[in-house]
Amino acid sequence: SSAAMAAPCGRALLPPLSPLPPLSPLWARLRPRPGPRTPLRTAATAPAQPLYDVVVSGGGMVGSAMAAALGHDIHFHDKKIALLEAGPRKEYDHMPDSYSNRVSSISPGSATLLSSFGAWDHVCSLRLKPFRRMQVWDACSEAMIIFEKDDLDDMGYIVENDVIMSALTKQLDAVADRVEVFYRSRAVGYTWPLPSHSCDTSPWVQIELADGRRLQTKLLIGADGHNSVVRKEAEIKNIEHQYDQSAVVATLHLSEATDNNVAWQRFLPTGPIALLPLSDTASSLVWSTSHDHASELLAMDEESFVDSINSAFWSNINHSDFIDAAGAMFRSAISLLKPSGTAVRQLPPSVAKVDPESRAMFPLGMGHATEYVQHRVALIGDAAHRVHPLAGQGVNLGFGDIACLAHHLSAAAFNGSDLGSLKHLLKFETERQRYNVSLIAATDLLKRLYSTRLAPLVLLRTWGLQATNALPPVKVRI
Amino acid sequence: SLISANTKCHWFNDTQLSLFRLTAKRPFSTSHSSVDSEEIKRFQLLAHKWWDEEGEYSALHSMNDIRVPFIRDTLLSMSHNYHLGNPLSGIKILDVGCGGGLLSEPLARLGASVTGIDPLEDNIRTADRHKSFDPVLAKRIQYKSSSLEEIVEESMETFDVIVASEVVEHVADLDMFIKCCSQVLKPEGSLFITTINKTQLSYFLGIVVAEKIMGIVPEGTHEWEKFVPPEELEHLLESNGFSVKTVNGMLYNPLWGSWSWMENTSLNYAVHAVKSGAQEQSGPTDAQSEMDIQQHSATAGTAS
Repeated sequence: SSAAMAAPCGRALLPPLSPLPPLSPLWARLRPRPGPRTPLRTAATAPAQPLYDVVVSGGGMVGSAMAAALGHDIHFHDKKIALLEAGPRKEYDHMPDSYSNRVSSISPGSATLLSSFGAWDHVCSLRLKPFRRMQVWDACSEAMIIFEKDDLDDMGYIVENDVIMSALTKQLDAVADRVEVFYRSRAVGYTWPLPSHSCDTSPWVQIELADGRRLQTKLLIGADGHNSVVRKEAEIKNIEHQYDQSAVVATLHLSEATDNNVAWQRFLPTGPIALLPLSDTASSLVWSTSHDHASELLAMDEESFVDSINSAFWSNINHSDFIDAAGAMFRSAISLLKPSGTAVRQLPPSVAKVDPESRAMFPLGMGHATEYVQHRVALIGDAAHRVHPLAGQGVNLGFGDIACLAHHLSAAAFNGSDLGSLKHLLKFETERQRYNVSLIAATDLLKRLYSTRLAPLVLLRTWGLQATNALPPVKVRI
Repeated sequence: SLISANTKCHWFNDTQLSLFRLTAKRPFSTSHSSVDSEEIKRFQLLAHKWWDEEGEYSALHSMNDIRVPFIRDTLLSMSHNYHLGNPLSGIKILDVGCGGGLLSEPLARLGASVTGIDPLEDNIRTADRHKSFDPVLAKRIQYKSSSLEEIVEESMETFDVIVASEVVEHVADLDMFIKCCSQVLKPEGSLFITTINKTQLSYFLGIVVAEKIMGIVPEGTHEWEKFVPPEELEHLLESNGFSVKTVNGMLYNPLWGSWSWMENTSLNYAVHAVKSGAQEQSGPTDAQSEMDIQQHSATAGTAS
């Protein structure tokens, strides 16, 4: 019953290769990056295998969106793109009435990307829930922070992953003459070219599929999730860390219908619990907690489950008088300096019941690849970076990768460049690493900061949260 | 002295240089050509290095970042129907002094049919081998080991565009070279040239610093005497029936290995010229009719 956060990824059937020493970015600029080890080929292979301009490995939300974005790009009009997906093609012709338990918080930037190739319209015509406000607060104190946009714009959208996939599949079908989707196709081996092909070996990446078919490509994009095979085969080092937490997801029904346009998140000592609106009467639960507690939550009967959720949002059991007093003092200090700096606390909705069969759990971790690109290879989405769901950023980082990479590839195609050339791939890497690293580090820090009951840290984060709430510039940045 | 394999930063292309010193076969040339066997050996060594993006030819690779958009955008601005997915489709281009095909390939990827010529057979071999792996390029590009003069007879008014990048500073008889370009170019066809100016600055940076001090370019590679000032090039072009449309300075930044445009043409520069639609001029004309012809070719260039 545990569901993976990322798209299904291929499992390597080859024995792991020994890792090369990592290169720091400085050296990479001064001398060519060593490619991954290649098996020697003595004769040029017959050019019988189909040659693609781009192959995207991994047909989840990020991989499919990447293929669709390139397929709809005007400068890729005459190019050949392939998308490899290990699972079967899913038909999304009609959405079931009940909500799926896997949802994503889509930022306005991601919505812009999806609308750039016509997918957002499909999402809107299916179903989604915009939210205007986010209220985030601590279980150990009264401190709270509220995010909302002044101009009454939507802060973001809660969309079921199945809805996004349905929209993406439709847009892939629309460019089927350019984008070939291989379902039930898992890559089992990659052969890498040498960076400077002065010899007779093929300059392209060779891909071997499980059914024996072979493809060649000028650029391989790895969108195969946090256990990325592309990343491992390319011998790109990954900094990763398993959190002692699992996320429990479920579809919940509220006690009473409400203008459900606020996303709620409360930091408990065991982990954050979040309620994401799906409709006026339903919300999606994402509760990150210890593995044991997560298993308990899944095992308990529905009534107890609902009680646990309500108690998590409403109970003040973790407050201590000291912290409450300190928090209250800080708050009055702020209201002296900045009268509008304390906000009205809204009360989260209470939950009446949970959709049967909708409870599931999956383990959480954090990961970041030391390099996003190599000669003829690029990583996007969870293959490049994996975050804790507390910031609701996971898939948005992936969509941000797509927007950036598609932009650079489009320019490269319009310049007649070799698509696999490191020159423009490095530009993508630099831009995205700058953005992603700070966000991943901040998310990791928040996760650690909020995992404790220790008074000094609680005080720190209490005051920090209150101060942040009072400072518009900081909030806008977030 | 052979070129060290470690040189990476090149301000100027030292490669195709002596190729055009092999002028022994030119029927009309009055200049004496010196075939330097040392130079030939050096280039045969380098004939395999073309496609190493970080190697001796890295500056030429990165020059694509400005010369391909320059050619592409100029041709697009002169054309009425094109598709952004295949901007140079239907255009026949001659790449003179193509070397290993560094410029031919991007132009072909943009849809053009490219003929690349180079006197050095090893260069053509390298170029042929490199394009062979990509079926689209293999079909769109034809390479030939030949000098420009040798193809004139069979290619009269055949090409829509001629590209002569980093070549004219090595040509012994520039006037003859331009005449041949005119002969194989269709009327109102475009000629693109990139080359090096003959100034104190180019002597200091290109010869003294690059060759003698930093050893970036092997000593004796360039002859400052053969550098071509833009005024001279413009004059030669105009007296051979071309109308010069654009002259832009280019600057190489060795630290980042990247090229950019600049106003100043005292180092490298690029030229776009259009062959007149009227009958070719074969000698100096008086100012009035020269102006007429320029006006005519200017309007002819836009009225396609």
